[in-house]
Amino acid sequence: MTAEARQAPSRRPGPPLWLLLELTYRCPLHCVFCYNPTDFPHVATELDTGEWLRVLREARALGAVQLGLSGGEPLVRNDLTAIVAEAHRLGFYTNLTTSGVGLTEERLAALKDAGLDHIQLSFQDSTPAMNDFLSSTHTFELKSKVAALIKKYRYPMVLNVVLHRLNIDHVEEILAMAERMGAEYVELANTQYYGWAWLNRAQLLPSRAQLLRAEQSMRRFRALVGSRLRIFFVVPDYFETRPKPCMNGLGRVFLAIAPDGVALPCHAARMLPGLSFPNVREASIESIWYDSAAFNHYRGEEWMKEPCRSCPERSRDFGGCRCQAYLLTGDAANADPVCDRSPHHHLVTRAVEQAAAAATGGQPLLFRGLRVRKGAG
Amino acid sequence: MESLSEASCPAVGRGFRLQWESAQDAHVLLYPEGMVKLNPSAAAILTRCDGARTVADIISDLERVYSIEGLGEDVLAFLRLALQRGWLEFRQ
Ligand code: SF4
Ligand code: SF4
Repeated sequence: MTAEARQAPSRRPGPPLWLLLELTYRCPLHCVFCYNPTDFPHVATELDTGEWLRVLREARALGAVQLGLSGGEPLVRNDLTAIVAEAHRLGFYTNLTTSGVGLTEERLAALKDAGLDHIQLSFQDSTPAMNDFLSSTHTFELKSKVAALIKKYRYPMVLNVVLHRLNIDHVEEILAMAERMGAEYVELANTQYYGWAWLNRAQLLPSRAQLLRAEQSMRRFRALVGSRLRIFFVVPDYFETRPKPCMNGLGRVFLAIAPDGVALPCHAARMLPGLSFPNVREASIESIWYDSAAFNHYRGEEWMKEPCRSCPERSRDFGGCRCQAYLLTGDAANADPVCDRSPHHHLVTRAVEQAAAAATGGQPLLFRGLRVRKGAG
Repeated sequence: MESLSEASCPAVGRGFRLQWESAQDAHVLLYPEGMVKLNPSAAAILTRCDGARTVADIISDLERVYSIEGLGEDVLAFLRLALQRGWLEFRQ
């Protein structure tokens, strides 16, 4: 990296191109792998319509252009259409992530009218519901109905399925189901271990053998359906030796606003210690993005420790995920332990090994002469 | 799919949006969770693809506005690329 780029922190960063509004933490579902914080604030603290609209206007004025609307389940808010309409008027490209619960035709027609650009239907149910899904019972019917509506209103049908140990063996069935539903894109995203998912990691992390089988099924299916159904498969980073370039570097393009107005450089960053994240109720988006200590903290490279500090790859991956570094090593400035150059990499490989040991327990273990039944996990 | 000719009327593809971004000082093309920043010639072509004008109209308009002859091949090459990427489509 050149000397010029190294001075980057003192220069004004670019605008927050990508704005994510987590409109609510309320959700009719209860996913074991939800990345929402485990101590989520009460509904009463949610921003009201006027406050969300002000956030949109201020961020747009700075140059924000992509808008994500998520939650929780954003359809729980009855001002969703008003928020979309204002975002559209301001020139945002609007993306809605929904479980589909509550997406009636009336609602979808209103959202389309308001200028909603894109919908992602996520499949994020807990285990009994996953069984529903696989056995074509009511969840499947709900999703199919919503999928048909999405197509009727001329949106591409994008299905997102979160994978973990309990469903990763069913990738083939999941894809077949997606095809029957008429999906055009399927994203199979492996669970990321923050929030609830972190607490349940021991039950959710798949084994390497499961992962390889899933990838094989996915490839077979992909060859079968060709471009009719495009499949994206996101490998869980625990199985890699280099971290993901998280958020393209904190504070560079991404700005998330939590339901209570707290501004975050990543939706999981609330857990990072020692930073006090500003609230849109008390500060403008401009001062939050450019001037707040929390947003400036992980910009540039000053904060980095070895091995990242002198690593030639630091401008590619920015040392990985701060939250993961913190959760696993206790220090958010360490290298993401997914990296095999990290002195803490063994924490990741050990978790994977433990997962492999636990995953073989899917079948009860039988020892000669002595029966040991392992919990179903 | 209809093949590209001087009589086709291309329009910005479904799911894409073309707009001027003053923060980027450029036209951009927006699509789900992404953005391409367009150079001035790409923008000059795409902003003329309104589904009503033919390719021939677009070429002659560009030649007139920029006072250059013989833009046809370059415009066609760009349109082909844009169609391939889904930035443009033909409206029935
Ligand atoms: S040492 Fe740090 S910068 Fe280098 S590859 Fe690993 S995480 Fe990335
Ligand atoms: S800091 Fe970590 S949790 Fe947050 S977006 Fe980055 S990778 Fe994800």
